[in-house]
Amino acid sequence: MKELKLMKGNEAFAEAAIRAGADGYFGYPITPQSEVMEYLMAEKTHERTGMITLQAESEVAAINMVYGGASCGKKVLTSSSSPGISLKQEGISYIAGSELPCVILNVVRGGPGLGTIQPSQSDYFQATKGGGHGDYRMIVLAPSSVQEMADFAGLGFELAFKYRNPVMVLSDGAIGQMMEKVELDAQKPRLTEEEIIKNTPWATTGKTKDRERNIITSLDLESSKMERHNILLQEKYAKIEEAEVRYEKIGCEDADYAFIAFGTSARICQKAIELAAEQGIKVGLMRPITLFPFPKKAVAQMTEKVKGILVVEMNAGQMIEDVQLATQGRVKVEHFGRMGGIIPSPIEVVEALKQKIIGG
Amino acid sequence: MTEEIIIAGFGGQGVLSMGKILAYSGVMQNKEVSWMPSYGPEMRGGTANVTVIISDERISSPILNAYDTAIILNQQSMDKFENTVKPGGLLIYDPNGITRHPERKDINIYSIEAAEMAGKLGLLKVFNMIVLGGFLKLKPIIGMEYIHKGLEKSLPARHHGMIPENEKAIETGKGLINAIQLLN
Repeated sequence: MKELKLMKGNEAFAEAAIRAGADGYFGYPITPQSEVMEYLMAEKTHERTGMITLQAESEVAAINMVYGGASCGKKVLTSSSSPGISLKQEGISYIAGSELPCVILNVVRGGPGLGTIQPSQSDYFQATKGGGHGDYRMIVLAPSSVQEMADFAGLGFELAFKYRNPVMVLSDGAIGQMMEKVELDAQKPRLTEEEIIKNTPWATTGKTKDRERNIITSLDLESSKMERHNILLQEKYAKIEEAEVRYEKIGCEDADYAFIAFGTSARICQKAIELAAEQGIKVGLMRPITLFPFPKKAVAQMTEKVKGILVVEMNAGQMIEDVQLATQGRVKVEHFGRMGGIIPSPIEVVEALKQKIIGG
Repeated sequence: MTEEIIIAGFGGQGVLSMGKILAYSGVMQNKEVSWMPSYGPEMRGGTANVTVIISDERISSPILNAYDTAIILNQQSMDKFENTVKPGGLLIYDPNGITRHPERKDINIYSIEAAEMAGKLGLLKVFNMIVLGGFLKLKPIIGMEYIHKGLEKSLPARHHGMIPENEKAIETGKGLINAIQLLN
């Protein structure tokens, strides 16, 4: 039985994490995502499901607590906003190198540096291209509604454990702070110790006589072994690219032009589509839901249908690089963005489409 | 039906909670809703505003340039949002503290002396519900039975004793709304 509520994106994510059977949350407050931990604390998760909610002494401590929890096969998560996520990058790289599952929420605010507390999408590069050191990838999910904030907590854990890989939910201040109707899944029980041993035989659950000890590490000083490890990682990422691409197309069937946008920008573009239609302009929307794996094929196919693509992002032009790689110059691709915490208005987006794509 | 509303005033006037009660009531009536607040430094000592959208269809952008209705509760908000009302749209304002009254000729304008009435009745806490009543009188998009449910959902259980007072304030507001300028 699904339950209907009106919630903020941050709250919906927190509630969904509890219901997904999470074992532990470790975080440090920062606007605009502080409601995640506030909500978990108010819910007294330790009483409700036995889930630990802990305010760490810093972001660095929080991500390393996630590292530790994940090493034991537990469902663990953290959340922060841009400057805090930068602090967590070393830990994220170690978690990726050690092939551990976890969910990391980034409610993005404008940067660089301390920047602003208003919404932005300027962490696309950091989320999809690395951020931490080394050849690693996170699975990156981009919610564009409060419902998806809830859905991606559960989906995040599912994918994280399926691939033994960190999953980032890349949201932004607008989705985190806004309230919408949300349908919540029923509570899943947390796994018992026996179930964890069975489901995650690699985890450090205590050595028994009948098996070798499990070692969780990202270190190997022997280069040939390290290269082998890297090859296996790359094979895993290729599998993810093959199997986990997710996207949504809206009104693309008979469109002359297309917007490509994720998260809040995709919502703005949906309104821009309505405004453009009033002016007789047929434009559709392609919304990547997974930013890694990026929907390369679906974007490439669009070049056969539309005369031009406007990539709309709340940044100076980041996802557009992936769109350009996928479209290979076959159609005109331009960028429209606002920075520093400014959300573009639907009218601005229509004007940009007219100037940069239709008229240009 | 899609109703795009901006509610704007001082922090502490109950702007955000008015929006939340309206949105939650919409959920109870099985509508699509969104509630997008201003947050952060904008709210401190200055204006607080929230965009509420109630619709029968999936809501596109939660952030808008133009609104069907603006509910304005202080001068800064009048300066900022008068020009964002769609032509033919609705502007409701409380004249308390307003030094420059609305000047648009292409919209319907109503005033509601909610602050004064709240003071008279000793209902300062439910000032925002008086304003909401005025809005619902003009645009009865949500039934009162759903407003009741919305209040139950929005207010913490310990405040459920105040629901009758809130509903009384809404009824008071319905009688208080006053046409200033009506288009044909």
